[in-house]
Amino acid sequence: MPTMHASSSEVYTIDAQGLDTRHLNQAVRKSVNNGHREIELLNVTGQRYIAAGLQGDLQIDIHGTPGNDIGAFMDGPTIRVHGNAQDGCGNTMNSGEIVVHGDVGDITGLSARGGRIFVRGNAGYRTGVHMKEFQGSRPIIVIGGSAGDYLGEYMAGGVVLLLGLGLEGGVHQADFVGTGMHGGVIYLRGEVRGIGREVAILDTTEEDRRFIEGLLKDYTKHFNVGVKDVGEGSFKKLIPVSSRPYGTLYTY
Amino acid sequence: MKSHLLPDYKVTIDRETCTVCRGCVIQCTFNVYSFNKEKNRIDIDANKCVDCQRCITFCPENSITVAPTPIQYKQNASWDRENIRNIVKQAEAGGILLTGMGCDKPDFTFFDRLLLNASQVTNPSIDPIREPMELRTYLGSKPSLVNLTSTGESWTDISLASPQLQVETPIIFSAMSFGSVNLNVQEALARTAVSSGTYFNVGEGGLNPRLNKYADHLVLQVASGRFGVHKKYLDAGAAIEIKIGQGAKPGIGGHLPGEKVTEEVSATRMIPKGTDAISPAPHHDIYSIEDLSQLISVIKEATDYSKPVIVKIAAVHNSAAIASGIVRAGADIIAIDGMRGSTGAAPQVIRDNVGIPIEMAIASVDSRLNQEGIRNRVSLIAGGGIRSSSDVVKAIALGADACYIATAALIAMGCTVCQKCYTGKCPWGITTMDPVISRRLNPDIAAKRVENLIRAWSLEIKEMLGGMGINSVESLRGNRHQLRGVGLTERELEILGIRMVGS
Ligand code: SF4
Ligand code: SF4
Repeated sequence: MPTMHASSSEVYTIDAQGLDTRHLNQAVRKSVNNGHREIELLNVTGQRYIAAGLQGDLQIDIHGTPGNDIGAFMDGPTIRVHGNAQDGCGNTMNSGEIVVHGDVGDITGLSARGGRIFVRGNAGYRTGVHMKEFQGSRPIIVIGGSAGDYLGEYMAGGVVLLLGLGLEGGVHQADFVGTGMHGGVIYLRGEVRGIGREVAILDTTEEDRRFIEGLLKDYTKHFNVGVKDVGEGSFKKLIPVSSRPYGTLYTY
Repeated sequence: MKSHLLPDYKVTIDRETCTVCRGCVIQCTFNVYSFNKEKNRIDIDANKCVDCQRCITFCPENSITVAPTPIQYKQNASWDRENIRNIVKQAEAGGILLTGMGCDKPDFTFFDRLLLNASQVTNPSIDPIREPMELRTYLGSKPSLVNLTSTGESWTDISLASPQLQVETPIIFSAMSFGSVNLNVQEALARTAVSSGTYFNVGEGGLNPRLNKYADHLVLQVASGRFGVHKKYLDAGAAIEIKIGQGAKPGIGGHLPGEKVTEEVSATRMIPKGTDAISPAPHHDIYSIEDLSQLISVIKEATDYSKPVIVKIAAVHNSAAIASGIVRAGADIIAIDGMRGSTGAAPQVIRDNVGIPIEMAIASVDSRLNQEGIRNRVSLIAGGGIRSSSDVVKAIALGADACYIATAALIAMGCTVCQKCYTGKCPWGITTMDPVISRRLNPDIAAKRVENLIRAWSLEIKEMLGGMGINSVESLRGNRHQLRGVGLTERELEILGIRMVGS
């Protein structure tokens, strides 16, 4: 267990310039162990694994471009990325929030079991792959723009909300959406090029719409945009048709 | 559809001695026996028998015989019993054939063709009863240079020392997840790990709170399903193993069917009850050595470089090159699982046809890492088909630092290798989640039996080492001069890095 010192209300600033991944993360962990609760990282240029495994009520503001696996295994903290994030954002995270004021790379929220990820812009391939949900904790990913192929692949739980803002022609590039999905839900605005055979597209219910509205409100707050900026048009929902996709695969 | 399957076994009860106590009716979890009230006798449905020997062991009158049935398919060396049976089963059900435990085919065992050396006259042998004999070893990355700095009066070691796993005997319990085996089994193994100074790998099913108190002797897995993986989990164990592959089913994923995802399994794996727990074939974030390096690094970051990271791979054709990449990716330990490695459930076609034997894999990996000058950066654990203390000694002489065992430990508890683990009905209470059948496995007795096995093997290892004139297991590692091969081709000998007997 890290030693807990009296919590400090000041923002602790770390200049990441010239620090490699290991030293930057060491500096972050040290400041947390010293009781800092608000941390700001400046000049981040691709250093990986930032905030990996951090726990508790922390606020981390990242200026620049963090590298892969930001917030992996994280349990509690809030991270704001003032720029783009790369692959594996929120990998296997348990709880907390990651807000990205730009785009994210591939496998965002991979295997997450809780927490929320808000992306202002677009996401790469395989967003939300194998997310789960467990005992009331339910991971949520909100993507402002569009997402690549295999969105929600193998999803076993959780929510992905794809706003489709700025989408040209109303069709996302994403194909094979929900392949292998056996839990959770994807809300989509706009068409996708294709879906997995384990899923079906349905109309949203009143309850879905209320839930989406709540997330839209959070999106406007996080990115300081107006309600009208989150666009018009209705959402469809994509859900698995079986929680046992491979039930008849074997001979006993 | 009428089944065309012929029975595998003939079950007979000696009616002279049988007292109709009905013990067999209770013991057989495959419902072979039923009590016939009218005739006051036990009826037998031999079609269902899997030859697990449970009824025989527990029949108080020794009245039961189970033997291969004399009923044969027409003799044909090509269309043998197994091939015909498999086709009939598939014609009737249309799915992938499942099996349990490891590959049972002959021909893939090289250990039996290796012979150990012993000292005669020169370099006298050592008597382990009277003289010190070290089985302890340390697993982890060793520095290439020892870097000392002087403070004037003393020297301090400033080499970047990596965390090490200290094992008192080179035998570690390989991954057996909660879900594949029940908690009684896991607890027995964890306890033995503590009392024998070794480790138990809890597999990819998460860490049940009942095992928390043994955490210092547990290896925790991060597999493609990421079940139960969270910060506290990573903090808990003595080492973390990234599971890439498994000897019994290289290259394929697995899944725990929804009906086995009970309340407790769901809580430990951290997934909803009743849904299939799918472990995809690849990790979604690993498509290259560089990606693997990232997962190793992020785990080290999340645990502040406090514990070694193991990468487990199945032994396959390119293991040596892959292992070289894994060392460079930053793993501290590589576990290699040979094709005879066991499993709770695997497609039979994969189990029996994919991968390579551990003897070849460990020898070629050890040679390759030595050639590249990076053998010190990693420890090697060999697993998959280790059946005896001599297999352990031979694996170490071929280049391993230690061995993983699993089936041997289960046999010590009661398993008779009936290969029906995937049915969830294990009559010995091992690979079943059924709360009533699980009670057949008493963790105290099971722990004692496994502890005895480890003690016995450790004593035997000391005897073999002493005979070779070696007083520490670390001096045996990769010491292939102590091995000779019999009945092997030139090329096989070359890959194993050993000479022919008599030369
Ligand atoms: S399945 Fe096992 S317990 Fe049942 S009859 Fe056969 S050997 Fe006996
Ligand atoms: S664990 Fe049980 S089911 Fe599996 S082989 Fe052993 S006795 Fe049979």
